[in-house]
Amino acid sequence: MSGTAHHHDNDFLFKYIFSTDHKMIAKQFFITGSLMGLVGMLMSLIFRLQLGYPGESFPILESFMGNWAPDGVLTADKYLALVTLHGTIMVFFLLTAGLSGTFSNLLIPLQLGARDMASGFMNMLSYWIFFISCCIMMASLFVEGGPASGGWTIYPPLSALPEAIPGSGMGMTLWLISMALFIVSQLLAGINYIVTVLNLRTKGMTMTRMPLTIWAFLVTAILGLISFPVLLAAALLLVMDRSFGTSFYLSDIYIAGKALEVDGGSPILYEHLFWFLGHPEVYIILLPALGITSEIVATSSRKPIFGYRAMIGSILAIGFISFLVWGHHMFVTGMNPFLGAVFTFTTLLVAIPSAVKVFNYLTTLWKGNIIYTPGMLFAIGLVSTFITGGLTGIILGDSALDINVHDTYFVVGHFHIVMGLSGTFGMIAGIYHWFPKMYGRMMNKGLGYAHFWLTIIGAYGVFFPMHFLGLAGVPRRYYANTEFPMFDNMYDINELITLFAILAVAAQGLFIFNVFYSMYKGPKAPQNPWRANTLEWTTPVEHIHGNWPGEIPEVHRWPYDYSKPGADDDFIPQTVPLAEGEKDEGH
Amino acid sequence: MLNLLILIAVVLGIIALSKVVKVLEQASTVKGVQPYEVTERDNKTQANLMPVFLVLYFAFIIWQLVAWGDFMLPEAASEHGVVVDGLMNTTWIIIIPVFVITHILLFYFAWKYVYNKDRKAEYFPHNNKLEILWTAIPALVLLILILYGLSIWNETMKPLTAEDDPVEIEIYARQFDWTARYPGDDGKFGKADVKLIGGVNSLGMDSTDQNSWDDKLVKAEFVIPVNRPVQFYFRSQDVIHSAYMPHFRAQMNCVPGMVTRFNFVPTKTTEEMRDITGDPEFYYQLLCNKICGAAHYNMGMEITVVSEEDYEEWLAEQKVFMTVEGNTSAAKETTTETEEEKNEQLSSL
Repeated sequence: MSGTAHHHDNDFLFKYIFSTDHKMIAKQFFITGSLMGLVGMLMSLIFRLQLGYPGESFPILESFMGNWAPDGVLTADKYLALVTLHGTIMVFFLLTAGLSGTFSNLLIPLQLGARDMASGFMNMLSYWIFFISCCIMMASLFVEGGPASGGWTIYPPLSALPEAIPGSGMGMTLWLISMALFIVSQLLAGINYIVTVLNLRTKGMTMTRMPLTIWAFLVTAILGLISFPVLLAAALLLVMDRSFGTSFYLSDIYIAGKALEVDGGSPILYEHLFWFLGHPEVYIILLPALGITSEIVATSSRKPIFGYRAMIGSILAIGFISFLVWGHHMFVTGMNPFLGAVFTFTTLLVAIPSAVKVFNYLTTLWKGNIIYTPGMLFAIGLVSTFITGGLTGIILGDSALDINVHDTYFVVGHFHIVMGLSGTFGMIAGIYHWFPKMYGRMMNKGLGYAHFWLTIIGAYGVFFPMHFLGLAGVPRRYYANTEFPMFDNMYDINELITLFAILAVAAQGLFIFNVFYSMYKGPKAPQNPWRANTLEWTTPVEHIHGNWPGEIPEVHRWPYDYSKPGADDDFIPQTVPLAEGEKDEGH
Repeated sequence: MLNLLILIAVVLGIIALSKVVKVLEQASTVKGVQPYEVTERDNKTQANLMPVFLVLYFAFIIWQLVAWGDFMLPEAASEHGVVVDGLMNTTWIIIIPVFVITHILLFYFAWKYVYNKDRKAEYFPHNNKLEILWTAIPALVLLILILYGLSIWNETMKPLTAEDDPVEIEIYARQFDWTARYPGDDGKFGKADVKLIGGVNSLGMDSTDQNSWDDKLVKAEFVIPVNRPVQFYFRSQDVIHSAYMPHFRAQMNCVPGMVTRFNFVPTKTTEEMRDITGDPEFYYQLLCNKICGAAHYNMGMEITVVSEEDYEEWLAEQKVFMTVEGNTSAAKETTTETEEEKNEQLSSL
């Protein structure tokens, strides 16, 4: 692209629909990902109604779900369908595409001083393939038999046999097609991010002068590149078992009145392939959230992020170790117990760099000068949920302890707090913080404050009690806890969780309103509303292709010179040259 | 009609909220402050809410412990279970102080270091000593936990030998019930294959294999003797299920195409547990714990633990798979399995 930027009038189609501009694509990922997240959230409200008030009739359910809820009571197999789609949508569509797709796209070129991504065309493709995969996943809700219903992990044989559950028919086929496209979309995006980070940094932007957001997005993209193809492989083998008579995963099965002609396969093969992606996937969700937190905490505390290099090291360590722990999802599968021992060891190792990150966030706050934007509130909330959820991981990662909590609500509480809450808090914090950059307007802070407190109260109210359910032996993915006397004491807990869930979902209304209202009616944003150091705040408020009019700024220092002794102001943008005798922390 | 009214109410609510927000923003502008500027009052309010939230959070956790502590599982009813619970307690003793201290620091710092225009933050970009400290200490603590945990895992997962003289039971899972199979006097399970399922032969047992004739199948409830090792073999007919026996701290997936194993020694009879829990109707529960279809939530079986005598008595009353003339170990062509064969059955993976 030429050295000078120009604002050309594309026709509507190429400016808004098939844009190759990373800023527009970021917004597309944001809106689509968030809409999917909304759907996922509403699904959880429906099945929480069933769990909190088992068997009770809610006529409103029947009025829009039809035969999924005859007489206002959700059926058991459609409960499983909702649970499955909830997990799938939240993990992949909201927290992977929505989170990385928005912020990697928005920030990589802007924070590195690049005109755009290395390939605007591939970037555009990655969004539109993602969009199509969303449509197909949503379409699967409407097929006969319903959508996939084997849990978001869709283990065969349940997911391979329509006789086992109706959703394993057409619904599962559409799920697989949707996910195959989703994976392609993420690979296209990921390659783009990596190439851009490695090749398109502006003058002076060495690797150790990159903001931690970029480090996080880079490692995330590498994780995705290595692990998503393995899920694709797992899915392809499943397609073959389902439709082409193979038996990769199937052996010795008798169902619906007959023995199947399958031999020699193993469902455990699927589990290994799935979790080889499945575990790095949770770090694909978490690392961008942690990177965003580093950025917001530093900027809002007017203080350098503590231990910049240790933070990079821990991102790299978490990324690397994340490939070595997948078996902790499989301790009780019947695999060789020796493997269980190996995976316990590696799993507890990954706690170490995670702990380092937490201590570094705390030390950044210490003796800071903290400004409370809504984004900062969510960043602090993330540190809390990361600690809470991470610590219970130490129990789950210990194979002997996992025996009694595997697949119980203890796990559900753990991953919702450490991934669901930390991931969404990171995304929400990012929206509050970079909204001015995305839309040139400011969000309403009063609504933001209310949104945060209601959300964190609601969220902990939903997920903390789940630890108790799990320790009491309540399994996950149960339509109701009404069938066994040992769960007779759980009614109140389930009801309380549902009430908090209603609160938490309602609170999101404030955020949704705030986003859309501010997009059109919010006060116009100044160029650098948070008085931050990074390059994205040096571009004009109105978007232009190529980001900077004229030359791209040169960078002279690391991004965290906040409250540096000797400086007049409490921040020094990266573009400001070093003064006489001044040293740069980044080197 | 009701739905339409609700929709209208929501739309009006959104419009009302827009107007309120607009008015508040204009009020700020009139005061000369940008509506989005974080004021001193905002900072003070948010900072003060931090310790308030911390107290509420801790209070909520304590409340849950008090309200629901009694609903947790009773003391483990197996030998390894007691050891596992010890590890769990040790882990809590480490986790809880870490949780409390880090949260106090987080919300205290968030309150104490609120913005003050007359103060400058401390420029403290790194400190290698601190990094090493809080890398090494977690590493050490986790290493200890790992070693402790793995020694228990090894013990728990170790296969039994013929010397242990275990009771052997096959637990057969299918959508949506369980069957328990005992090997009978000959101590050997008859061959079985899903391709042989038909009619009343719901487990696909091979009637030409004489070892199967004295096998005993039970549904709804299976019985085991106290203080004697039980070796479980798990099979599944259709999809992955999981045999979860929480009171014994036992769980193992049932996977079609393979036989999985788990063993434990029950230490408390059902009667004893009724005393301990104060619940005269208590019984041990086997649950399915891997999503297996619509009725996954209602796939259970009772487990009863009794004295060795009562167990033998109960077992003698159970029907055998096939009654054939001369169906005794002496009359059969096959003999009771040797110690070698038993060890092989117990330990093969």
